[in-house]
Amino acid sequence: MPRIVVDVMLKPEILDPQGKAIVGALPRLGFTAFSGVRQGKRFELTVDGEVTDEILAQAREAAETMLSNPVIEDVVNVEVVADRA
Amino acid sequence: MTETPLIGSYQGAPADSRLAGARIGVVTFPGTLDDRDAIRAVRVSGATAVELWHGDTSLDGVDAVIIPGGFSYGDYLRAGAISRFAPLMTEIVKAANSDARLPVLGICNGFQILTEAHLLPGSMIKNDHLKFLCRDQVLRVENNTSAWTNAYQPGAEITVPLKNQDGQYIADEKTLDALEAEGRVAFRYVGANPNGSRRNIAGIANAAGNVVGLMPHPEHAVEAGYGPGHTGTDGRGFFTSVLNTLLGGK
Repeated sequence: MPRIVVDVMLKPEILDPQGKAIVGALPRLGFTAFSGVRQGKRFELTVDGEVTDEILAQAREAAETMLSNPVIEDVVNVEVVADRA
Repeated sequence: MTETPLIGSYQGAPADSRLAGARIGVVTFPGTLDDRDAIRAVRVSGATAVELWHGDTSLDGVDAVIIPGGFSYGDYLRAGAISRFAPLMTEIVKAANSDARLPVLGICNGFQILTEAHLLPGSMIKNDHLKFLCRDQVLRVENNTSAWTNAYQPGAEITVPLKNQDGQYIADEKTLDALEAEGRVAFRYVGANPNGSRRNIAGIANAAGNVVGLMPHPEHAVEAGYGPGHTGTDGRGFFTSVLNTLLGGK
């Protein structure tokens, strides 16, 4: 089944407390190359059958109205991913 | 239904048919925790509590609505994000924005639901220290003209429990400036900021003053012996305020 992937991130100007905690913990494991972490969300919407333009438009609308909160988040990616081989 | 005496008899307002005529709905979603306490607080104030279910499509003619705290839908997606699409929320948003200006109070998760439903601006993210925090919290009453705050003196300091993980109130600077300019900051945290909320904001009102949301829990501070410091009843003012509003006392 094809899936539509939706990626949501906190807006750049909004402090991400979880990302901040992660970036603080990475050096403890020896990962010292990373100066920042921001944590986002990935949704996978499964479609039974072909992904039509209409279904993709529905996914975009769902991403803007429910999967993200426009006050604090941006939808950064909506894409169709082919069936897993 | 029969009331099971869990913690003792009511020590609230004496029976008064005018007060009892005010019907205040308390909404339960899957995962709501504080609906029983909110119902009890309504009854302690002398009003009649009406249980409402999120899947209902009718407000049952209630005069005001309380959306209580908890973890509706387990805070999945975002706190309040799924609840806000409940059938009853459609009715609540309609009634709150109608000419009748139905008084609506959102407490904790209820506040999060009201922001997700766009009845109140801004949003809540995780506390800046990332921990669940539970403590008695001092608040300053910044706005005593709303439907839920008119029984308080302006600038009064009240102590009520605060308990949450996603309690950091955020909004863009323009929205925050507008809230301040319009006197819509209803409550501010006093002392150290408990969660990183912008401008120490604990609760806000809409422009008409009928919708109020806050993270702390006034419904847990309405009976002597059970509130903060074991005597605190500072939360009662919310319920007497809405009775003032409904009965035309103010």
